[in-house]
Amino acid sequence: MERIPILRMGRQLLVTIQVDMHDQLALTLQDDLTRRIVADKAKGVLIDISSLDVVDSFIGRMISNIAAMSRVLDAKTVVVGMRPAVAITLVELGLNLEGVRTALNVEKGMALLQEADR
Amino acid sequence: MKANEKSGLAGILRAHEAEILEEWQKEQSAGQPRRDQLNDAEIRAASREFLGGVVEALNASGAVDMRSDAWSKVRDLLAELSASRARQGFSPTETATFVFSLKRPLFGLLRKEFANDAQKLGDETWNATILIDQLGLFTAETFQKTREQVISRQQRELLELSTPVVALWDDILALPLIGTLDSGRTQVVMESLLERVVETGASIAIIDITGVPTVDTLVAQHLMKTVAAARLMGADCIISGIRPQIAQTIVHLGVDLSAVTTKASLADAFAVALDRVGARIVKNAAPA
Repeated sequence: MERIPILRMGRQLLVTIQVDMHDQLALTLQDDLTRRIVADKAKGVLIDISSLDVVDSFIGRMISNIAAMSRVLDAKTVVVGMRPAVAITLVELGLNLEGVRTALNVEKGMALLQEADR
Repeated sequence: MKANEKSGLAGILRAHEAEILEEWQKEQSAGQPRRDQLNDAEIRAASREFLGGVVEALNASGAVDMRSDAWSKVRDLLAELSASRARQGFSPTETATFVFSLKRPLFGLLRKEFANDAQKLGDETWNATILIDQLGLFTAETFQKTREQVISRQQRELLELSTPVVALWDDILALPLIGTLDSGRTQVVMESLLERVVETGASIAIIDITGVPTVDTLVAQHLMKTVAAARLMGADCIISGIRPQIAQTIVHLGVDLSAVTTKASLADAFAVALDRVGARIVKNAAPA
């Protein structure tokens, strides 16, 4: 089955979404990620959505949920690489992703996580 | 049934071309108040070419149907003429006069030609009327189309002009908004801001609303949307340039801006932004 890989970098987990997100894939990712946060004792999660050019309310909520779940498991979530069109769509959908930290690219996102972890 | 009659019209036009041109020229000059922008030679050339096209089309198609292929040359000529007049700021009447002033010379000629044949005169007059009406309608339509193009181009240019995004410092962008914010403009503002965030990698954007005349709930909502979208891209927004009057309005309307940093002036906002990116501006020590 198709899966989104989760990479570990020190105490952070790196998720790069490079395929078109569909609902089943998103649910699998939620499962995998929560399991990995616990198993790896991760302190931060970085989700790179720079290849994502279509979002709907489901995907938006899923990102929000992942952030909330990570927070419960004591890991901070940073969403990076959002495209302008995607940002506008999410705002128009009323999904402001409150409580999710964001950064322009992976580099800045990592810096943010490492600073928070220090 | 009408092939004979129509070729009659074409024949008359051809036979008396010079005469008609002369009369037409006079009519146009009389009905044309804006003599300064058109010279007689130009009118004459355009008229001759146009009349030639009409005769040719009448001969080729034998029917007065502006949509058929035979009339394409006439259509192009008319379109070019009315488009150029529309751009020069002529009124619809002034533009359509070109075609309608052909009526008097043409009808006069028909009357002379068929003085002894009332039946034929009626038929040909009818044909000529249809012809001129169609030409006139086409002219008006093209005129309007050109004007609409001009208007929409100006709107587009105004939109682009009114939403500049400037880089103030490494990592700091400023977006001075001038004029009313409606949803169409918000979209453009948002897009250009986000594009620039991606381009420059800026982490702070200052939205200056000094030039926004009124802030109502809708404008505030548009502002908040822009701020939210920028935040999703990892850029923090500061709203500056809030005039006293606007501060009062915002509070009276119950608009909640607590989620954003707001500053009274662009200078204050810039100071905050510099502080956040860890930069500092100091005055040179006074020379001894």
